Amino acid sequence: MDQSKIRNFCIVAHIDHGKSTLADRIIQMTGTLTDREMQAQVLDNMDLERERGITIKSQAVRIIYKADDGQEYIFNLIDTPGHVDFNYEVSRSLAACDGAILVVDAAQGIEAQTLANVYLALDHDLDVVPVINKIDLPSADPDRVVEEIEDVIGLEAQDAPRISAKTGLNIHDVLEAIVHQLPAPKGDKNAPLQALIFDSLYDPYKGVIVFCRVKEGTLKVGDSVKMMATNAQFDVVEVGYFGAGQFIPCDELPAGMVGYMTASIKNVRDTRVGDTITHTNAPAAEPLPGYKKVNPMVYCGLYPADGAKYPDLRDALEKLQLNDAALQFEPETSIALGFGFRCGFLGLLHLEIIQERLEREYNLDLVTTAPGVVYRVYKTDGTMIELTNPSNLPDPSEIEYMEEPMVEAEIMVTSEYIGAIMDLCQERRGQYISMEYMEETRALLKYTLPLNEIIYDFFDALKSRSRGYASFDYEMKGYMKSDLVKLDILINKEEVDALSFIVFSGTAYERGRKMCEKLKEEIPRHLFEIPIQAAVGSKVIARETVKAMRKDVLAKCYGGDISRKKKLLEKQKEGKKRMRQVGNVEIPQEAFMSVLKLDED
Amino acid sequence: MELYIHIPFCVKKCLYCDFLSGVFDEKMQRRYVAALCTEIKYMAAKYVGETITTIYVGGGTPSWLHENLMDSIITTIKKNFHVSATAEISVECNPGTLSSEKLNVYRSIGINRLSIGLQSANDDELKELGRIHDYNRFLHTFDLVRKAGFDNVNVDIMTGLPHQTIEKLEHTLNAVTMLRPEHISAYSLIIEEGTPFYDKYKFDAVKQHAGMETEDLPTDEESYRLYKFTMDYLAQKGYKRYEISNYARGGKICKHNVGYWDRVPYIGLGLGAASLCGNYRATNLRDIYKYIEISESIENGQVPSSEFSSPYYETEDEVTRKDAMEEFMFLGLRKIDGVSRASFFNMFGVDIEAIYGPIIKALRNQGFMDAKEGRIFLTDVGIDVSNQVLAQFLFDD
Repeated sequence: MDQSKIRNFCIVAHIDHGKSTLADRIIQMTGTLTDREMQAQVLDNMDLERERGITIKSQAVRIIYKADDGQEYIFNLIDTPGHVDFNYEVSRSLAACDGAILVVDAAQGIEAQTLANVYLALDHDLDVVPVINKIDLPSADPDRVVEEIEDVIGLEAQDAPRISAKTGLNIHDVLEAIVHQLPAPKGDKNAPLQALIFDSLYDPYKGVIVFCRVKEGTLKVGDSVKMMATNAQFDVVEVGYFGAGQFIPCDELPAGMVGYMTASIKNVRDTRVGDTITHTNAPAAEPLPGYKKVNPMVYCGLYPADGAKYPDLRDALEKLQLNDAALQFEPETSIALGFGFRCGFLGLLHLEIIQERLEREYNLDLVTTAPGVVYRVYKTDGTMIELTNPSNLPDPSEIEYMEEPMVEAEIMVTSEYIGAIMDLCQERRGQYISMEYMEETRALLKYTLPLNEIIYDFFDALKSRSRGYASFDYEMKGYMKSDLVKLDILINKEEVDALSFIVFSGTAYERGRKMCEKLKEEIPRHLFEIPIQAAVGSKVIARETVKAMRKDVLAKCYGGDISRKKKLLEKQKEGKKRMRQVGNVEIPQEAFMSVLKLDED
Repeated sequence: MELYIHIPFCVKKCLYCDFLSGVFDEKMQRRYVAALCTEIKYMAAKYVGETITTIYVGGGTPSWLHENLMDSIITTIKKNFHVSATAEISVECNPGTLSSEKLNVYRSIGINRLSIGLQSANDDELKELGRIHDYNRFLHTFDLVRKAGFDNVNVDIMTGLPHQTIEKLEHTLNAVTMLRPEHISAYSLIIEEGTPFYDKYKFDAVKQHAGMETEDLPTDEESYRLYKFTMDYLAQKGYKRYEISNYARGGKICKHNVGYWDRVPYIGLGLGAASLCGNYRATNLRDIYKYIEISESIENGQVPSSEFSSPYYETEDEVTRKDAMEEFMFLGLRKIDGVSRASFFNMFGVDIEAIYGPIIKALRNQGFMDAKEGRIFLTDVGIDVSNQVLAQFLFDD
């Protein structure tokens, strides 16, 4: 195949600006799928993705387009996850492309993720073609959006296709723009092999299916290859390209092509996203740039609601991990919750997705502890530990100082809500960096914020304080020294390990008070009074009391019909089963979750 | 063996009541009593040789029935069952439904205990409850009852009424104890689903249960005080509490009810009535027309076929050994003197400690139970929260 007839590209957009719909439309218009085969959104083939309207795992599809010039072109469309949790995966997907289509909503214009994604694409030297979508909306203002793209991003947009992916209007313009405005791949198919892994998938029959972009050389069936970062070696069993929803084997993938390989690989961790595949006997001198091991940013404890389901939870996590190298877990025990796992995630969305998949696909009822970030604890003996579980915090006397992870956040907001959003950032210990007006009524705010402050409910708070008009993106900015303390919760004088967490000392009181209040609502009255205390070290900083139950209603045993009485007692007993016993106190499982939502009211 | 007779008729349904009863005319009452007598005869044939120690006619408002109907019920029972000469025979009455003629008939047929539903001595509360009478009418009824010679009389009162204060309760308690009935039942108001009170107070009931502030019902704390006040007041007036909600003076306890707590076998006759016979608990059907239909076909010599041991039954469940143990505990512990270790052993052939030892120990440590002279019983605090305590005697599945 002639390299000049190949286009490797992706589509980038802010959430809900129509990326997946445009991808569907392109696939449909190029005729590789019949209408019957066309699912609502072909690329998002996990149920969960479709329901949430987001793309979790990047995928790719190879399609054939016969252009107006009479030539057939191969399009490799690589779909990228749209969420900041998956930023690294996005960057690897982009590295597999030569160009990008930027979709901008004709009504909403540029949003925070639009900018973040464009900058990311430009960082990877991709040529970017803007497309104005949703021009069929009554509120569409394509001229304004064109101006915005030119002013804010600095991209020529006068001739940008103006389309409606939903109705199929002007999609042809997009296809021609791909042919004429995006570059063909370069690379020498006879050079030493360098293929970039941008995704992988575990298949029970074939083992790991590695998605890759061949930058240099040729990848063939039977080749002996190695992964340059992990050093794992394999013999290639199959190579091929991506049909829509299926794998189509071929003999070789030459430089410039996007495709997949299988090699009886048992563990997805051997084929990390971002790694470079090369030949064992004629290896490339250097791996492709940019590989990094992704580390979880957010940790929490996951416990089966029914202790007997612990092995089931372990099996389910192992299965999920086959497909998701970023998911980490290790066994832990909690006095309150029994046996469970401390799990690491890329971010809160990643956590929620895993949690939901465990509950939905594996039918597990889970108790989740408060998510936390990875703190660095520098000890007086000169060592440093990375703390993922608050219970493991060393004694304060052994701690020299602590650091917490920081992010740089970009928030796009209409001018009337700037004040409210600045207040929010201030409350969350944000440090102001800058503010630029994108246009008359919208500004881009930049703040440095502790990751800890945005993992719970920052996004919700942002939306509610801006009435939905703010958008948000962030990237990690290393660690910063911080005054942190461990906040413990004591129920009936006993420390409940699953409720402990690390908090900025200045907000410990507020947080402790709210937790006590919330727990007071959640813990049913017992036969005795239950003090609920929040403590830092040995100092109690907040206290609430669940008053003792004094009396139940005395039921009349009418006419000797004792079945009602027995049902009442059974209900009483049944209620206890869903509780966790801590000392003498029974705590409903919901209580462990409810403390995560302290800012709801 | 005991008999319970259900009379599902009321002059008017009280707003809090979810018992099986309704407003039916006299013609219907006659048909029902005829059907009831058929069931009495039918069931008596199955229990030949049993001696009946108590009869309790409950409702509804049994006293609303014409005295001839009551006569035919009691007479039919005595004709077909062997009723002990000293049997306790109780009838539930409402103020305003009795006359001296009716009471004389009651006396003549052997009824020796009456239970009068007063609920409150405050007319505003009686109105709120949807009762058919005021306090004066109760006084008049009570007077008739005493004049007719009844010397074993119960008065029902209620605590935890909407807007009830200690003062109002004290007024009721004072009014009742001055009359010196032999027995007083004091029940807490329960907001039951399917009643007008439920629609009106369901949110309040939830708040009360959760220990929150309420609108109309007393808070949990207030209803606790009302209940304690009742206990202390009645004790002071010489009424001995012998069961969670029942008080008696001069040893005149309700033998029939005590039979329930002691798991004495009983046959329930009439609509929806419950029975404990042998190893079975059964309940009669609740549809009055079907009930009458079954009796009519029995009268015609056709016993309808049924999957149960009586054509009147709607449910019939075996009481397993485990069920029986649970019942022994959660029923027996309603009595103030609790359960006897010896009875447990006699009934189940195993020591109570072997089954419930750890639970009893834990409850004793928490101060909810105590033991003395071969008996195990709830303490005052244990009685206060009896549901929570008794629930612990149920086995896991």
